[in-house]
Amino acid sequence: MNTTTLLILVIGLGLLGWVVGRAKAARLVAASSSKGSVHSLPNYHGWYVALWGVVPAILFLSIWNIVSPALITDAALTSPAAEALPKDGFTRGSILAEARSIANGDQTKAFNPLSTSMVEPYQAATSYYQTIGMVAALLLVFACGAFAWLKIKPELRARTKIERVTMMTLLLASLIAIVTTIGIFVSLIFESARFFSMVSPIDFLFGTEWNPKAVAGPRGESGFGAIPLFWGTVFIGAIIAMIVAIPLGLMSAIYLTQYAPPTFRAWMKPILEVLAGVPTVVYGYFAALTVAPALRDFAVSIGISNASSESALAAGVVMGIMIIPFVSSMADDSIAAVPSAMRDGSLAMGATKSETIKKVLIPAALPGVVGGVLLAVSRAIGETMIVVMAAGLAANMTANPFSSVTTVTTQIVQLLTGDQEFDSPKTLAAFALGLVLFIVTLLLNLIALRVVKKYREAYE
Amino acid sequence: MNSAAISPVDPTPTDWRGEVMQRRIKKRYAAERRFKTLGIGSVLLSASFLAFLLFVMVGNGLRGFTQTELPLDLDFPALTGGASASQFEGPNAEANLKSLGVQEIVDAGIDIQYGENSELFSAGAWKAVRSAILQNPNIVEQKTTLTLPVESEIDVAYKSDGSKAAEQIVAKFDNELSTGFNWNFLSNSDATDPMQVGIWGALKGSLITMIITLLMAFPIGVLAALYLEEYAPKNRITDLIEVSINNLAAVPSIIFGLLGLAVFLNIFGLPRSAALVGGLTLALMTMPVIVISGRNAVKSVPPSIREAALGIGASPIQVVFHHVLPLALPGILTGTIIGMARALGETAPLLMIGMRAFIATPPNGVTDPATVLPVQIFLWSDEVNRGFVEKTSAAIIVLLLFLLTMNALAIYLRNRFETRW
Amino acid sequence: MNDIEHIENGSETASGGVSSISAGEGSPKMTTRNVEVYYGEKQAINGVSIDINMDNVTAFIGPSGCGKSTFLRCLNRMNDTIPIAKVTGDIELDNEDIYAPDMDVVQLRARVGMVFQKPNPFPKSIYDNIAYGPRIHGLASGKDELDHIVETSLQRAGLWGEVQDRLDDSGTALSGGQQQRLCIARAIAVDPEVILMDEPCSALDPIATAKIEELIHEIRGKYAIVIVTHNMQQAARVSQRTAFFHLGTLVEYGVTSDIFTNPTQEKTRDYITGRYG
Repeated sequence: MNTTTLLILVIGLGLLGWVVGRAKAARLVAASSSKGSVHSLPNYHGWYVALWGVVPAILFLSIWNIVSPALITDAALTSPAAEALPKDGFTRGSILAEARSIANGDQTKAFNPLSTSMVEPYQAATSYYQTIGMVAALLLVFACGAFAWLKIKPELRARTKIERVTMMTLLLASLIAIVTTIGIFVSLIFESARFFSMVSPIDFLFGTEWNPKAVAGPRGESGFGAIPLFWGTVFIGAIIAMIVAIPLGLMSAIYLTQYAPPTFRAWMKPILEVLAGVPTVVYGYFAALTVAPALRDFAVSIGISNASSESALAAGVVMGIMIIPFVSSMADDSIAAVPSAMRDGSLAMGATKSETIKKVLIPAALPGVVGGVLLAVSRAIGETMIVVMAAGLAANMTANPFSSVTTVTTQIVQLLTGDQEFDSPKTLAAFALGLVLFIVTLLLNLIALRVVKKYREAYE
Repeated sequence: MNSAAISPVDPTPTDWRGEVMQRRIKKRYAAERRFKTLGIGSVLLSASFLAFLLFVMVGNGLRGFTQTELPLDLDFPALTGGASASQFEGPNAEANLKSLGVQEIVDAGIDIQYGENSELFSAGAWKAVRSAILQNPNIVEQKTTLTLPVESEIDVAYKSDGSKAAEQIVAKFDNELSTGFNWNFLSNSDATDPMQVGIWGALKGSLITMIITLLMAFPIGVLAALYLEEYAPKNRITDLIEVSINNLAAVPSIIFGLLGLAVFLNIFGLPRSAALVGGLTLALMTMPVIVISGRNAVKSVPPSIREAALGIGASPIQVVFHHVLPLALPGILTGTIIGMARALGETAPLLMIGMRAFIATPPNGVTDPATVLPVQIFLWSDEVNRGFVEKTSAAIIVLLLFLLTMNALAIYLRNRFETRW
Repeated sequence: MNDIEHIENGSETASGGVSSISAGEGSPKMTTRNVEVYYGEKQAINGVSIDINMDNVTAFIGPSGCGKSTFLRCLNRMNDTIPIAKVTGDIELDNEDIYAPDMDVVQLRARVGMVFQKPNPFPKSIYDNIAYGPRIHGLASGKDELDHIVETSLQRAGLWGEVQDRLDDSGTALSGGQQQRLCIARAIAVDPEVILMDEPCSALDPIATAKIEELIHEIRGKYAIVIVTHNMQQAARVSQRTAFFHLGTLVEYGVTSDIFTNPTQEKTRDYITGRYG
């Protein structure tokens, strides 16, 4: 019997517990003389029994699943066949792993003949421990369920207890956000620390040569200077993309909020929002298939001979297009937050609409707009697919928009695809890059949110 | 008030009708018009980007749903040595077909009609013959003409411009070549030959991944939203949860991929390329979106409802699960669909956990190696063969259709159930 | 842009009983005839005709929602900013129809300035707040002249002494009363002919209110001033002419002392003596 079947069985028994518990409580209600002498509704008693039955058993099973592989291996190693195994840790490990997967049916043929001999003991140990686990889990279900069932009395506060469990579940669900954040931080830090034990952080953060392929042996590595990547990221995400997105987004927001007739606004606003909903891989393909060749032809026609087909400009422009709705909606919110008294004040002095917008609304909304732009930058520098597909891999330090540059995200993808060895500095470098990206986007977001919040408070 | 000597601002009143003033006004209005034109120009330019993108994708992609076909005369009695139709009916049909060797028969037929080494047909053309036999076994007892997909280069040349050799072939067979709907594209998986690729494998992978994402992210997201909005005390932990959620919503998606790689693959030892890991990774990414939209939906339920329920003796848990949650559900669902649509279009984190493998068979379980639609698009976009261009765009059309449907559903839900209190 | 219907002046005041629409001696600065305002279907102003004189401070009084602010906003076409508002009737400034198609709204608002209920300085420096109007209208030919305009405007608004050392501070950093005087100075700086004040003291404390009233007194005669107030004592203190509005109609208009001591209309008397409102 495998774990899934066992799980279904346990839950089925829980259901049974629910029915039995509910029935007992219902009998109590029927037998009681006055209304309200049974504290909780029968349903809650049912849940009480069911939870008592299921939760301890599932907790046991999850612990058992973690512990039992080690127990199984230990048991298998005590078998006579284990004595033939080599002492060398690595081969030994690989033989054991192979035997395990054959025993579980994941693999049919062994590469190492020794593995075959270990299959039998493995299977025996596995079925032994599985039976123990199963019996223990089922006993637990019955014991705990019966305990709860016996406790059902009119004065049992089953509802309160169930509600306490519910509350715990809610809290646990909320804590997952913290766990995820910590998980991200710890895994990035942990892997980066391993990377920095091989490559000096100074070389990494301030080195100007990025060429992880050329890196030869452990220690004394060079070619992990990330400055070209940082430059490429900033060049595409914070410069080119913003040159496209800020004017278009801002002017669109201004036109749609201040000038556009309601029907025009009602149609155009969702259309612009669609731009944000298009998957990035589609933008990437668009950039690589259409925009990049067109830009290269253009560059060649104006006499830039070394224009490459993968260019910073193509990736940046398409990324800018993707960011337009983002900038526009942030600008929209900030402008809407400017009190109308201020607009009226300017109009009442005989300023035209555009003068009011340029000299009063935008300056007043500026902190909000700046916050929005920072958020947009943080989104742009974390964007992956467009740059992977259109920006190229050459780590150039150039301000020529027609040449190919590479970015942090592109290199993360590049380093982590293909054959990975998990301990090579090449792979670990991806985590170091990820850490830098995480910290920078985090800081940008914190600053942006603070700016926006301050700005909101100013008008409240 | 300190009465400083008040001198008139201007001894003569401003001459609003004067020529200077009129010129100035004209200039100011010109600036106004320019500004307005700039505004509408920005809106239209942005919209035209979208139109252009869709135009390019549809223009390239529609061809991906069709295939070029060439008729092939098959003299089955001669080629098979007299197989009977009854062999290919019933439960043994597949096995009998296998032993018949359809591929060799088709190759022989091609050699007879078009000469040896003609390389006109797709390498998968025999599969079309096989399904034709399964559909109507009677054809094996007679001479039949079937239209079969041509080889990829010829396909490209027939639809648009191809290589010189292929164009010549197209010119030669111009009268016989025809275009048919490429059903294989909807039912096959990845392949090396663009004429045989399909999106079913990727679509199924996406589906399984999305189900896992939904099963993980929805309950956790809703419960967390309820907790934060309804019960959370004002303390450190609550603040920490809120900060975490807001930050997670802004973390680049590729970072989630790194998390998935480090935690799910390397620590938990879950299988690479599996829909399970993809779904879990995307769930972590989607959960904050659901929490944030869920909180807004819960917040918009008026306090009077809670007071009314509390007033008749409901416990705080009952208030929320009997009254607040049902009323907030449409809003939560809207946010969930939008979050899921985003997850469906996500590529980068899935590349990190190895879902970029060449997957030629659709996954049958959560731990089978799988790929998803956006990753499939990415993989095809990298192919050199020109036949993949239209397939990539066609896959994009399918993806966009799914996203469009989801967003339309979200908008419908919002309009249908949105209550203004 | 609102549609304007020119209505013949013959159908004078449907509400009846208005003692006079004239502002007294001299030619009026602004005249209004039969002004009606609609917000969508709802009628907010019903046939108001009134003259506003250069030498006087004219006060509009009446209970909340009587339309006095709405009417005030017609006088410099601030109602244009509300899409559903529709104004009909005749409003003239120096015998020019301000709703005529060739009337320039931008110039009109420069000539008819406005001070709002809540002080609304721009989030710029004090100097820039005042200089904003002259700059956009091109009233100063150089830095010196602009400085001069800023100084005299602040002097007229009685704010110069308080802010002359911190002209670069933000206008929003001033106290409420100072902010409102800044807004008045801002209105003065474009050299308007009429200044409309929409309950300028309702957000201020009594001391700040007193300063504003003093200021109104000081600048009276240089500009035609119209002030909307719900404070009858204030109307009595600062104005020479008072118009009493009720439910969108003009009930009575006359010399302030007459209105307060000897109103001709029953409704006015009830309001003045505090029976309602």
